[in-house]
Amino acid sequence: MPISNLLNIKNTRKLPDENGHFGIYGGIFVAETLMQPLEELRIAYEKSMTDSEFLAELNHDLHYFVGRPSPLYYAKRWSQQLGGAKIYLKREDLNHTGAHKINNTVGQALLAKRMGKTRIIAETGAGQHGVATATVAARFGMKCTVYMGAKDIKRQSINVYRMRLLGAEVRAVESGSKTLKDALNEAMRDWVANIDDTFYIIGTVAGPHPYPAMVRDFQAVIGRETRQQSKVSVGHLPNILIACVGGGSNAMGLFYPFLENKEITMYGVEAAGDGLETGRHAAPLNAGRPGVLHGNRTYLMTDDDGQIIETHSISAGLDYPGVGPEHAWLKDTNRVKYVAVTDTEALDAFHDLTKTEGIMPALESSHALAYCKKIAPTIDKKQMIVVNLSGRGDKDIHTVAELEGIII
Amino acid sequence: MSRLTNCFINLKKQNCTALIPFITAGDPSPELTVPLMHALVEAGANIIELGIPFSDPMADGPVIQRASERALDQGMTLIKVLKMVKDFRVKDSVTPVVLMGYLNPIEIMGYKKFAQAAEDAEVDGILRVDFPPEEITSESRTFIRANAMSPIFLIAPTTTPKRIKYICSKASGYIYYVAVKGVTGSAELDIDSLTDKLAEIRQFTKLPIGVGFGIKDAKSAARVAKVSDAVIVGSALINLIETIPQEQLLEKIPAFLQEMRLAMDNC
Repeated sequence: MPISNLLNIKNTRKLPDENGHFGIYGGIFVAETLMQPLEELRIAYEKSMTDSEFLAELNHDLHYFVGRPSPLYYAKRWSQQLGGAKIYLKREDLNHTGAHKINNTVGQALLAKRMGKTRIIAETGAGQHGVATATVAARFGMKCTVYMGAKDIKRQSINVYRMRLLGAEVRAVESGSKTLKDALNEAMRDWVANIDDTFYIIGTVAGPHPYPAMVRDFQAVIGRETRQQSKVSVGHLPNILIACVGGGSNAMGLFYPFLENKEITMYGVEAAGDGLETGRHAAPLNAGRPGVLHGNRTYLMTDDDGQIIETHSISAGLDYPGVGPEHAWLKDTNRVKYVAVTDTEALDAFHDLTKTEGIMPALESSHALAYCKKIAPTIDKKQMIVVNLSGRGDKDIHTVAELEGIII
Repeated sequence: MSRLTNCFINLKKQNCTALIPFITAGDPSPELTVPLMHALVEAGANIIELGIPFSDPMADGPVIQRASERALDQGMTLIKVLKMVKDFRVKDSVTPVVLMGYLNPIEIMGYKKFAQAAEDAEVDGILRVDFPPEEITSESRTFIRANAMSPIFLIAPTTTPKRIKYICSKASGYIYYVAVKGVTGSAELDIDSLTDKLAEIRQFTKLPIGVGFGIKDAKSAARVAKVSDAVIVGSALINLIETIPQEQLLEKIPAFLQEMRLAMDNC
């Protein structure tokens, strides 16, 4: 019997288990100093998720501060152009700060406030999570430090300035590959040294338990809204869901409320960079193997000696050697199909959507769009695809211009 | 009886505290590691903690991270680390060697293969910084136990009494107490709270307790030696390795350790 037949969706929805495991993935792989702070966080998070006062506060901010619900938009011209399935876009790009990241930072900042923490730290790659964190820190009057790889600081200078305007301190990380993974290492170190007053807001569904489950739960608002909206505006649930996967938070947020609907096909799209065959990519689910990094067991980009390999993607937000442990589990159980598209394919999709629909997508989201472009023409017109448009592309125009030899 | 147990029994008889230097295998160069290990023993080291280089040493400060980077730049691998222990054993069959590092290199090598190679090299203990006892799978347990290699665990200032008890029930060799909230090589240690915490841990175990993180010089080594069973020094040594010319290393590093030894108990 194939593994997929053994998968009990009800069990999936009970995951992670009490120790944070999704099958063999997830868990808590950290130094001893962090064990107790993580336990305190787990207790506070579990309590809050059933506390009506907390949930009311969260919903209030998601509505008035973030601007939710985000629309489910029918991309009519693009659908017609591709000549296949009807394509809908979940417009997370319309959220405050321009991406899905803020759904999670609002949630975690409220939790930090409840736990009596006065300082927030975060890691960031492209700067979207850093901006979303600095934004909620300003909103709640908390001190904020964001760790960012020195290389990324150069690539994303506008987001660095945004964070500084919001009152956050941006610390450049000069160690290792000077990118997102090193920023995460550095944020963990800060947390170990300042656990008494500091709350660490991780931006994706990775890290030690309870982060993968907690971030998923805060992002699941994406999928819950999509269910309601598709029922109201189309009359039925979508047939296919597509989302890009770096760490995997926007994908988990969209997929999670649909996992029990076995008839729905889901695609997680990783960054194939220059192509999977070149080794220059950021696609651990497609071309990596299970290992342990950043507090959890998951698929990783690692060499034969267990060292973490540098990744490559046109999109800084997907440029990460690991992936959330629940995605690892969903891959092994065949519930979600994980595919990859190259930099070039993503860039093409970026232009297509911009010109056809007047929506400039983030390069991360362009990966999901690129896969949609591949399959939509082969799918019946009655079928409905939802692509998670996780962020807007304004932040990427310098990258795109540079690639096309244009100096702005 | 294991080398580690033996070592602590002998030291206790002489009323001595163990001195445990930590160096990263392959730093500053792979050729120097085994000679450096011998020189450390001559200077008064009782046990050697040998770091397995890792690309993402999350629990370490910048000093040890740079040591890892220097070693990896020169092609160090876990297999080569194990080979170094084997080479060390040619001349020294007495001094216990504990490998310290992160889980991923061992996980990728495979527990069985690692345990066999470590047994072959006569490794005495293994400390995996990011591998709390809760996560230890039956696979890892089977091989690490079969091999009589002591799994060594950390206890931190944040560890609750309930967890101290649990960790002590899983540990062997010695307990590694992390004296400061922070990464390696960071804050100053507070000797009063250290004394209290060690007394608390001793309620749960008869294992020797080593103290690390925050021991910078002979003076702090002497203070920690008064209350603990072992003094572990890492970043301070690596700081020196980083700053002094390689040709002076085999002279100056042992001299630094000897100073600690003299200040501690002159054993």
